[in-house]
Amino acid sequence: MVIINGVKTDAAGKTVDEYLDGTDYSRTRIAVEINGVIVPKSQYSKAVLADGDEVEIVGFVGGG
Amino acid sequence: MVIDKDKAKRYSRHFALKEIGVSGQKKLLSSKVLVIGAGGLGSPVIMYLAAAGVGTIGIADGDTVDVSNLQRQIIHNEQSVGVPKTVSAKRTAESIAPDVNVVIHEGLVTAENIMDIISQYDFIVDCTDRFETKFLINDACVLAKKPYSHAGVVRFGGQAMTYVPGKGPCLRCLMGDVPKDAPTCREAGVLGAAVGVIGSVQALEAVKYITGAGDLLCGRVLTFEGLEMKVRVHNMPYSDPDCPVCGIKPRITDLSVSKDEYMISCSNL
Repeated sequence: MVIINGVKTDAAGKTVDEYLDGTDYSRTRIAVEINGVIVPKSQYSKAVLADGDEVEIVGFVGGG
Repeated sequence: MVIDKDKAKRYSRHFALKEIGVSGQKKLLSSKVLVIGAGGLGSPVIMYLAAAGVGTIGIADGDTVDVSNLQRQIIHNEQSVGVPKTVSAKRTAESIAPDVNVVIHEGLVTAENIMDIISQYDFIVDCTDRFETKFLINDACVLAKKPYSHAGVVRFGGQAMTYVPGKGPCLRCLMGDVPKDAPTCREAGVLGAAVGVIGSVQALEAVKYITGAGDLLCGRVLTFEGLEMKVRVHNMPYSDPDCPVCGIKPRITDLSVSKDEYMISCSNL
């Protein structure tokens, strides 16, 4: 299981891209971090989520 | 800085907070905070900072008050419609705290003028309403080594984080390039009380930075979603070594290099 924003999620083996495909996140407005390290957007198709990984995904909004 | 009888009474509830106390109040009274944007976020930020005794508050905005602002921009009122937001905000701030020194910076902040404006302040609060300006403020604060509070809101929620030079990631570390497809509050809608939550977080961060109280949202991003009432603080402690502005080999060494990125397309106004 991968812990995404504190929730155990069945996403081990997926790339960041593959996980995001099943969500409403807009890739241009998010930050993804795996085990404390920021994943550059160019790496979303390569970075694979592994069992036990702790992932934080922040969706940013621009209004105010 | 002498705390006279009036100030002792006015700030007595701060004195009761051991994290602030008389010494923290003196720091607030001699501090200078710039608030960029006197709209939804700027309203609670300016009002709370004025009430807290921040000595000098700079207000930068180029807009006038419209009746459609009043549903959330609580620093303005019916009598402010048609008045520059800076003037209306100054009026309210001075009505809360007569001693506050409010400095108006009329007009939009741009790549050309922002470095000069922010140089006059200890802490910057980004209360603007689009990513182009948020990235301009980020890049300027990184280059000028100024701490600042970032936030954004649409619909029922948003996010806030605090940048302190050398102590955590900047907005570009986390987001990369300026997104050009983000909905504005005009398009997506926004609820006043939700903006108030995030604006209050920004005001709290400014007070904490000035007084040294507590732990800032530095290396952490607070997200708030008011519809389902979900709050999370995401730990994001590290800067990106490849960050285009605060990384090891930055592409943006001067705002003139990236000034086109801060341009707002007409369709987004």
